[in-house]
Formats: sequence, C-alpha cells, structure tokens
Amino acid sequence: MTELLVQHINQSFGDKEILHDVSLSVKPNEIVSILGVSGIGKTTLFNIIAGINQPKSGNIVFNDEDITGQAGHLGYMLQKDLLLPFRTIMNNVILPDLVKGVKKSAAIARAEPLFEFFGLTGYENKYPHELSGGMKQRAALLRTFLSTKDLTLLDEPFSALDELTKRGIYQWYTDISRQMQNSTLLITHSVDEAITLSDRIYILSGKPATISHEIKITSAKRKQADFELTADFIHYKKEILDILNS
Amino acid sequence: MAFMKKLTNTSINFLPIVAVLLILAIWQAISFFQIIPEFLLPSPLSVLEVFKSDYSALFSNSLVTLIEAFWGLCFGVLLGVGLALIMDLFHPIYKALYPLLVITQTIPTVAIAPLLILWFGYGILPKVVLVVATTFFPIAVGMLDAFRSTDKDLITLMRTLGANTPKIYFYIKFPDAIDSFFASLKISVSYSLVGAVVSEWVGGFNGLGVYMTRVMKAYAYDKMFAVIFLISILSLALILLVNWIQYLITPWRRTNHAQA
Repeated sequence: MTELLVQHINQSFGDKEILHDVSLSVKPNEIVSILGVSGIGKTTLFNIIAGINQPKSGNIVFNDEDITGQAGHLGYMLQKDLLLPFRTIMNNVILPDLVKGVKKSAAIARAEPLFEFFGLTGYENKYPHELSGGMKQRAALLRTFLSTKDLTLLDEPFSALDELTKRGIYQWYTDISRQMQNSTLLITHSVDEAITLSDRIYILSGKPATISHEIKITSAKRKQADFELTADFIHYKKEILDILNS
Repeated sequence: MAFMKKLTNTSINFLPIVAVLLILAIWQAISFFQIIPEFLLPSPLSVLEVFKSDYSALFSNSLVTLIEAFWGLCFGVLLGVGLALIMDLFHPIYKALYPLLVITQTIPTVAIAPLLILWFGYGILPKVVLVVATTFFPIAVGMLDAFRSTDKDLITLMRTLGANTPKIYFYIKFPDAIDSFFASLKISVSYSLVGAVVSEWVGGFNGLGVYMTRVMKAYAYDKMFAVIFLISILSLALILLVNWIQYLITPWRRTNHAQA
C-alpha cells in the first residue's frame, strides 16, 4: 500500500533556518493539504519530498523505502502547467515514461486509455497552445499521474485557473484520484481549496516553519456539491482562520 | 475590417514586387536614353544577356562558391552549437570565453582573408576557414541565449522525473532552442556566401569571387552586375530553403491558438 512518511525534516539556507522538524504522513488514497501563507517554505518542503533537494536532516520514506534526495519516485506538478509547447499532448504526457527509458509504443499504450478519464479525447495530437487553460491543467495532471507510483505532489496546481473552472476541477479531481487509487499531497494558500479537496489539512506556520496543527475534514456533507455553503464548511474555515491569525 | 486586412495582407506580397519592377524599369530607361553611359552602368537587359551568354562560367563558379559556403557553414554550425553547449554546461568557460567571442567579431574578415591564404594556400581550406569564422558567431550567441533562457521550472520538472543532464538537453533545451537556431542560421547562411566570395577575391583559382576580380579587371561591368545579382539571388534562395526546413521541423508553429 502506498504510504508517504515525512520524518523530522530540517532545512536551512546559510544560517537561516527555513523548516524545523516537519513531520507528516499521507495514507493510501488520501488527499492531504499543506496550508500556509506565501513564502513560508512550502515549496522548499516539496522540493525535498520530491527528492530534488537534500534536507539538512530528516527522512522521506515512501512504501517503506528511504527515498531522501532521490528524484523520480513521486509525481510532482508545479504551479504552471509546464507542458512543452513543441510536443503534442500525447508526447507531453508520455514524457515521464520516455525519461525512464520506456519504449514509446509502450508509453503510448499506457497513456491512451486515460485520455477519456481526463476529458482529453481527440486532443492527443494537438499542441498545448490549442487547448484551454482548464484542459492544459488536466493534461499536466495526466502527465503527473503517469509519472508516479500512486502518489502525486501538487504545488498550487489550480491557482492560475478562474473561479468557475476551479470549482469544476475540484470535483473532477477528487473523483479521478479515487478512481485511480491515487494519493495526493497538495500545497495551497487557499483555505477554501484545502477544505474542499482534502481529507486532512496540515497547517505550516512560524519562523522557522513547522507543522502547527492537523485538521481532519470528517463532515458527512463533504461529498455534496454545495459543501462550501454548509455550516460545517464555515465551521472548518473559522477554525483554520483562527489558527492562521493567532 | 476584414476587407482592409485582406488588402494589407496581399499588398505585403505585391508591393515589393512592384517596387523592384519599377526600379528595373527606371534603370533600363536611364541606359536606353544614355543618361549614364552603358560601360559605366550596364542596363538590366544586358545584365540578363550575360546570364545567357556566360551561363556555364557562372554556373561552374557558383558551384565552387556554394561548396565552400556549404562546408564552412556546416563546420560553423557545429562549432557554434558546440561552443554554446560547452559554455552553457560550464559556467567558468562561459565567463572566460564570452568576451573573447565578441572580440573575434570585431576583426574584419577582409583583413584576415590574406592571412588565411598565407597559412592555408590557394585551395578550398582558407575559404572554408573564413566561412567558419564568419558563421559560427551568430549560431553560438543565438543558441547560448536560448539555452540560458530555458524556463527553470521546466528543468526542475525534468529533475523530478529523474532526468539527467543529457536528457534535459535532449528533451528540453535543444527543442526549446530551435527557433533561435533558425533565426541565427538565416544570418549565417547569407554570411557564408559573402565570406566565401571575399576569400576567393583575395586569392584562388575558381569561384564567384575569382570570376568577379577577373571581370572587374576586364572592365566588363555587365558581368560584374550579373555576379552581384547572382550572389544575392543565391542568398535569397538559401534563406528560403532554411525557412522551408524550419517549417518542416516545427509543426507546432503551424497550428492556431485556442480561443481564450
């Protein structure tokens, strides 16, 4: 079973301590958010989890294997869609497999059935600039899913989308990650986004940053389309805002 | 609005042709009414006559020049891309070589051409070397700029996928630099012909440059003009060829943007 453990991560640049004893976990099929104000060190933490930076101390354990400082284990999607303009959508989404040395035909065979899931049927041979913003984001997500063994790191993936597109994509994302049995660790600075999407929320705060609170979203109403208009949602939001403002 | 747009679009192709034809007509008139004597300024028609009468000499000499330009351009492109790659990979080399690279371009090619003849003789080698010296620079600078301006996040993305440096160049940096490459190549292609001609001018047995010095000494200005036209026609043809290759290998440039 897919499980990610982030254990006692410390990071500093020069003599400036950025992260202090950050520990968290993502269990199978969970969507977990890390919420924190801009500049707190969320991306620094993600770069460590993704294995592109080495922490000063601490470990990243994925499926009982220590992957600290090793890239290529987890799917990582950055804020921008980062689709390559000179590759078709198909050639973009199979990029992770090609980099790993998988044959092109095998990579295409793996990606093809997923286009329908991601609402991209018929766009396989289009170039990124021919797609709308929401579609590009879905294509980038498909590439991220195809790059991972079941765990996806998302760094504010929806922040560039407009409000209406965003709402649609939240619902779609929770559905798709359930169907694909994928777990997600998500960075966001949007309280609403965290509550709408997550099973659990970690709050990263302080200087140096550390995990100060963990909030479980257990409300029975969270599957409803109008969850964000319910008293439960407001209650969570108040709780989180109180923490962030204190 | 649509009509205006259509008009401007067609006039873009139409106007330069009209302008060229008009200039040729005026020129022909000047010669016809002997405002400037024929031996000083041969008429367009007598220049055209040269293309017919001296066809074989023009053809064989063009071939020599084109071959020199071709090899010079090939090595120039290799050198340019290679330098850009090394300078992008190793920052100290970038620091050390960049000012030097700029200085090489302040040296006039006409000044080094005789030196190259002295060192490498009257054969093809000094011509190719001169063409390399004139063509590598636009390529090196264009590619280096493209390499250095690659989106840092794309490189981060590639690293999260576990890509090593060669893969980052293969999948990201080289394709990302294609547009700059072709922009530079168009400059280098016209430089390559000029470089080959200048080099032949200084010393050689065959080629358009040699032909040029020969007809100049014979005061055959009609042939002189024919050669000038020929070189510029060849340059244009080569640039069109580069455009066509660029069109073929950048299919993503041919599609329209999504309606936002």
